[in-house]
Amino acid sequence: MRLTLYVWRQPSADAQGDFVKYDLSDVSPDMSFLEMLDVLNANLEELGKEPIVFESDCREGICGTCSMVINGRAHGPESKTTVCQLHMRSFQDGETIYIEPWRARAFPVVKDLAVDRSAFDRIIQAGGYISVRTGSAPDANEMPIPKVESDLSMDAAACIGCGACVAACPNGSAMLFTSAKISHLGLVPQGQPERTKRVKKMVEQMDDELFGSCTNYGECQDACPKGISISFIGRMNKDYMKAKLIEVEEPRKEVESQ
Amino acid sequence: MNLESKVPEGPIQDKWDNHRFSMKLVNPANKRKYRVIVVGTGLAGASAAATCAELGYNVDAFTFHDSPRRAHSIAAQGGINAAKNYQNDGDSIWRLFYDTVKGGDYRSREANVYRLSQVSVNIIDQCAAQGVPFAREYGGLLANRSFGGAQVSRTFYARGQTGQQLLLGAYQALSKEIASGKVNMFNNREMLDIVLIDGHARGIITRDLRTGEIECHAADAVVLATGGYSNVYYLSTNAMNCNVTAAWRAYKRGAAFANPCFTQIHPTCIPVSGDHQSKLTLMSESLRNDGRIWVPKDKNDKRPAREIPEEDRHYYLEERYPSFGNLVPRDVASRNAKERCDAGYGVGATGYGVYLDFASAIGRLGKQAIKERYGNLFEMYERITAEDPYEVPMRIFPAPHYTMGGLWVDYNLMTTVPGLFAIGEANFSDHGSNRLGASALMQGLADGYFILPYTIGDYLARNEPGSASVDAKEFKETKEEVETRTDALVALKGKRPVDAIHRELGRVMWNECGMARTADGLQSALKKIPQIREEFWANASVPGSEGSLNQTLERAGRIADFLEFSEVMCLDALNRNESCGGHFREESQTPEGEALRNDEEYSYAAAWLYQGPDKSPALLKEPLQFENVALTQRSYK
Ligand code: FES
Repeated sequence: MRLTLYVWRQPSADAQGDFVKYDLSDVSPDMSFLEMLDVLNANLEELGKEPIVFESDCREGICGTCSMVINGRAHGPESKTTVCQLHMRSFQDGETIYIEPWRARAFPVVKDLAVDRSAFDRIIQAGGYISVRTGSAPDANEMPIPKVESDLSMDAAACIGCGACVAACPNGSAMLFTSAKISHLGLVPQGQPERTKRVKKMVEQMDDELFGSCTNYGECQDACPKGISISFIGRMNKDYMKAKLIEVEEPRKEVESQ
Repeated sequence: MNLESKVPEGPIQDKWDNHRFSMKLVNPANKRKYRVIVVGTGLAGASAAATCAELGYNVDAFTFHDSPRRAHSIAAQGGINAAKNYQNDGDSIWRLFYDTVKGGDYRSREANVYRLSQVSVNIIDQCAAQGVPFAREYGGLLANRSFGGAQVSRTFYARGQTGQQLLLGAYQALSKEIASGKVNMFNNREMLDIVLIDGHARGIITRDLRTGEIECHAADAVVLATGGYSNVYYLSTNAMNCNVTAAWRAYKRGAAFANPCFTQIHPTCIPVSGDHQSKLTLMSESLRNDGRIWVPKDKNDKRPAREIPEEDRHYYLEERYPSFGNLVPRDVASRNAKERCDAGYGVGATGYGVYLDFASAIGRLGKQAIKERYGNLFEMYERITAEDPYEVPMRIFPAPHYTMGGLWVDYNLMTTVPGLFAIGEANFSDHGSNRLGASALMQGLADGYFILPYTIGDYLARNEPGSASVDAKEFKETKEEVETRTDALVALKGKRPVDAIHRELGRVMWNECGMARTADGLQSALKKIPQIREEFWANASVPGSEGSLNQTLERAGRIADFLEFSEVMCLDALNRNESCGGHFREESQTPEGEALRNDEEYSYAAAWLYQGPDKSPALLKEPLQFENVALTQRSYK
């Protein structure tokens, strides 16, 4: 296969970026998209030129590191497929391909196709966990969980944190990501004690970052390589409304006597 | 130097209890005066960092990823073992211990393995409480499956994403401690050296991968949770960025490296499709429960698989191992596939593949049942190969997957450098020469949640807190060495991409130090490696500068270390003139071609100690005693 690529090159966060054209021949349809870029990069390295920066690690669609917009679509043309799992047989010989980084205010470009997704980490830090000190857990079977809830919780937990939902959303919203974690933990009994506090804090953190709001385009769900359902957003909104209504009564603080 | 394993006295069941009682404790009010560095945020690192922070220590945690959630533990599919005996099928701590020692082909340390089995049950409790969505039965209790040929169902799982879910559990625990301020999280940092003061590990030097800045970090102890080194083969199932650098730097500062030649080759991976291949994809070995492995009986039979009639197929595992059949352990399955392909019977365009056929299972159970069991794996296979495994058999080939070797540690998980600990895949202790399926996740979390947080306290209690500062001259000197090395790498302005050189090294390692090894082959590898190293330093191309994000520079540094480390791996394989587990020396086999151990001469862990540049490392031996599991020859006939 022969391809014409237009790749976004941007030397640093505050530098001006632009598309650079590359012609590539001898592309095998069995290559993954990232292997195709590896070949291009090796060619550049042979010429002593700086290769295109893009991030990847597992190349199996599970770590959530790879991230690029291909011809306007986050992770490219195939549904439920990360770019590392996308193969060149999804493209035509002679095709022109545009490759860009995630575009979102909350994900500033670091260099070329790499962006800073640390906002996601901060949302989890705000409350995306169940507090359980190591060693303090009861026997695992002391808390039976109906299979349906447990499976639904797993559906939400499948999120790989890649950020495609944000990149695909015209508003740059992080609702799908945030709601997936809130639902994962909110659907199971272990997650109940902190449920109210969790949703409040995570949603507030999301709003503090530069993510946009949700206006129900549904692009996030289509772009999600793990098929996370938009229904989790509804669940989060409900939880959030409830949390706002509940006046959390603060118990009296006891003064420690020593 | 003598290797002191520090295994406590007493019957094996009581060792860990006794040890916990005899260890020194750090006074709760003093804990906050200590600082611990944890490098790596996979299962072992994230769980250790979170737990140490909960205990009150200050923790500095490091990852080269952009987020701690991306560590390669995330890719583990199959499951995690625990001796819960929830299935009432005869499992026990003792049985898990026994299976692990035997499965490791008697090259692990009994006391460590027993402790691992003991704490396995606590791991499941901890993870379930964190909200890890383990598979459940309709009654709401946890489901189990039998895995990797185990005769009991002790494997807990979360669809095909067990590693992901366990890692997210640990990542969430870590995130909580980051939010509380007890953990300082450093993303995008690569550890490039260890700083020793008076012989004790007191800090690390890192490079900020985004800015290029070389930084110093001081602490009272350093924990390496930096994973394995399968990428020495270039092609492996490890993630692209997995490397040996942190462990290798530790080695060069005096931490002995044990059993580097013990590597695991996983039998069910998708074969290589061409030169562009950047990594290999593993499919869960649960596939072997229902798939039948075969090759054509005639080498020249080039008919499509479906047109080859039953009588022209060779189901070689079923024929050679009638009682285990397709479920023989990983090393046996891998070696047999290689043997068939080397003999010319391989299938697919490259001839390096064997069939894994579901036709009879589909005939027996129906397509729907197979879809329920393996649907996501079949999809993954089809996505990569464009072949539909419901219609044509899968093609599989073995690939490097896990490394049992690692930094030598004592019972406290401390390396030969005081104050430097190694946990998870980065150490050597629990899997001997072959790891059983679903035991890697178990060991990572055992070390991180339940063992290191205790044993590190014993070390800290014996040392004054806050004794190290980045102003010490040792930091300055080590930092300068790191800068010099980085300068040398970035000065490489030759013509060859670093990956091409890595691929060349990988080919040598795969051919000579892979699934089967010979003295001749290893000796030739020991000649070739220095040549490739020379080629690297003469001709590699590292464009760009060191002052910003430079991925070629990152890879070049890792490859430079692989080019040194691979020599020690070959030396170790050459020294061990016996076959055990994943280490198969062709000189040492039974008349039927099975691995033949030599317990008289090689019942030891081989720990290699750095002696300086251009000198051969010294070999230290830790004798292994088997007081509780009788030594037997493995047989799966
Ligand atoms: S590189 Fe891991 S998901 Fe693509």
